[in-house]
Amino acid sequence: MANVVAAYCLLRRSSRKLFDGRQNLNFFGSIRFVNSGLTYNFTRTRELSRQDVCYSDQIVSKHICFLRASGNGVLTSFPRGEGSGFQIHCRYLASMASTPVRNKSFSTVNSDDIIYFKKILGEKGVVEEEEKLDDANTDWLRKYKGSSKLMLQPRSTQEVSQILHYCNSRCLAVVPQGGNTGLVGGSIPVFDEVIINLRSMNNILSFDKVSGILVCEAGCILENLISFLDNEGFIMPLDLGAKGSCQIGGNVSTNAGGLRLIRYGSLHGSVLGLEAVLANGTVLDMLGTLRKDNTGYDLKHLFIGSEGSLGIVTKVSILTPPKLSSVNLAFLACKDYTSCQKLLSAAKTKLGEILSAFEFLDINAMDLVLKHLDGLRDPLPSSKHNFYILIETTGSTESHDKEKLEAFLLQSIESGLLTDGVLAQDINQASAFWRIREGIPEALMKAGAVYKYDLSLPPEKMYDLVEEMRGCLGATNG
Amino acid sequence: MRTTTSAASRETASMRIMVAIKRVIDYAVKIRVKPDKSGVETSNVKMSMNPFCEIALEEALRIKESGRASEVVAVSVGPAQCVDTLRTGLAMGADRAIHVEFPGTLYPLSIAKILKALVDAEKPGLLLLGKQAIDDDCNQTGQMIAGLLKWPQGTFASKVVLDEENKVATVDREVDGGLETLCLDLPAVITTDLRLNQPRYASLPNIMKAKSKVIKKLTPQDLNIEIRSDLEVVQVTDPPKRKAGVILSSVDELIDKLKNEARVL
Repeated sequence: MANVVAAYCLLRRSSRKLFDGRQNLNFFGSIRFVNSGLTYNFTRTRELSRQDVCYSDQIVSKHICFLRASGNGVLTSFPRGEGSGFQIHCRYLASMASTPVRNKSFSTVNSDDIIYFKKILGEKGVVEEEEKLDDANTDWLRKYKGSSKLMLQPRSTQEVSQILHYCNSRCLAVVPQGGNTGLVGGSIPVFDEVIINLRSMNNILSFDKVSGILVCEAGCILENLISFLDNEGFIMPLDLGAKGSCQIGGNVSTNAGGLRLIRYGSLHGSVLGLEAVLANGTVLDMLGTLRKDNTGYDLKHLFIGSEGSLGIVTKVSILTPPKLSSVNLAFLACKDYTSCQKLLSAAKTKLGEILSAFEFLDINAMDLVLKHLDGLRDPLPSSKHNFYILIETTGSTESHDKEKLEAFLLQSIESGLLTDGVLAQDINQASAFWRIREGIPEALMKAGAVYKYDLSLPPEKMYDLVEEMRGCLGATNG
Repeated sequence: MRTTTSAASRETASMRIMVAIKRVIDYAVKIRVKPDKSGVETSNVKMSMNPFCEIALEEALRIKESGRASEVVAVSVGPAQCVDTLRTGLAMGADRAIHVEFPGTLYPLSIAKILKALVDAEKPGLLLLGKQAIDDDCNQTGQMIAGLLKWPQGTFASKVVLDEENKVATVDREVDGGLETLCLDLPAVITTDLRLNQPRYASLPNIMKAKSKVIKKLTPQDLNIEIRSDLEVVQVTDPPKRKAGVILSSVDELIDKLKNEARVL
């Protein structure tokens, strides 16, 4: 808790310095508390140059594309919060204090460039129409909008390499784009960078049924991969609400966590190899499919989570777990955050190997979802609860899993960790419960302007953040 | 132990409602035909209560909660695993359950005969079923048992209103032309359609209670019924895959195709 307060004060001071006293509470997003104790704050940078000001602004308000970098070497990354289902609904609708300034050393796209791109990609691969660019320029939350005049859709790694080589030689800024489902404005241009969208690279290259290793291009939509694997008896190790539109290349580049992180771990563990194209067009083939490979340095880990700042991921080789038949889902209610934490520890011990997802949301999130999304009803309508938890188990034997889960839940009720709960009896009920959890970003968007940050915090501090913010913003926004 | 009931319900019903439920492949599962075309793949596939049966059970529970019935009995006919489905029914709130165990294939007429035997034994005032099962889509059991019992039937119910005084049920039916309202004398058979209600979730306290509820086990022989199938499934195949559309370049080509390929002109 002290950490939070200290960093907050630091930020207030630094924010004033950077933005002329306009109080910006959004800076909370720039602090990263991880168990390793790493804290990154702006006061550490020396004399704050004009560039730094723009930088910090961009860092806080969105993830920048490093290809536009001025070589400063300031790399910040914001790992996704694990399993947190809450978002902070900010009352302040004003945008960031000072607007970033376009770096003059980057060129602008001219007609020669368009001719060249059309030669490489064909007519279909070069998009200049306003409407299509509109979508590509705007992020999913409709909060930020770039002003790119050109979108390229390469169909192969070779084409990506040629584009990047050319852009590098012409000093054209680019932004890699996948499904454009990111919630922090990282997938859209800040100014007029050329958008390189990988949606045309959506082939599944190979799948080994014995090892479960899938090799595919970066533009494959996650849901399509899940359906393909479903036929083969496997599943993707990650699952998120955006699966209908997000692309695997984007997932890997942002080190997406998702709902099944607790069971299958992060992408650092599941991705066995990838192929990426660097800013100057060099193709780095790290597409190994071996479960264990200690030859040389494991560079792929740098790309996972680097958000396109080191290169564009064009192919991914990923280890997929087998699909297990018995899935159970429980929607539960707790009275306070401490119970939620205790329930998590209990779930890990008692459910052990069958636990596959553990999500929590608070009453505000629940209310927003029920209010703004159609076709959803409160699974626990009998009374208002402060916290809701979703527990999913996946295993191979229905009877064993159900028995284990029921025993655990009954015990938790008796010990007072849970106040109420329901168990999904068929797949439709389970989908309805998931829709509540996965629909939170959508509901937030419908509710109003959202300031969204991906924060990693130690589990015991997680909800303190919410309470602290509520205190700062006042209880009116709900 | 004395059970306390409100004065109102003590006067009205000692009416028992029987609900027939079926264990089927879960609605959301992608169905696969077995390679030998003898049927659909059911091993290792998620099974759940037929959605229409869920609606029927929910309606029965609501009638009981409004004081118009005293007991809800869930019954199911099928292999040993039907007990799971009955447990779900008990967890939703049914008071007790009856499982008629039979491992083989069952067709609506056999089910209807078994249900008739159960109705004769339990004497419910109302028999609720789902309008059809999502695995065979027969839509026959409710109608057949009404015939065997010589009870009035209200099928495809989208609204049910019970009048205990006059022992009459008013049922709105969803028919092709719209809604038809019938008045049925009780005892009656009602089969439920989708818009009747939204089934409740099985809550943990109810799941706990369900563990102590009784599931009576019977076999068709106990009811003196011989299961005889008059039908034999010859083959089960996937529907033919939709052919891709063709973009034509002229009206003449269209006419040619309609004449010679589709043969509709």
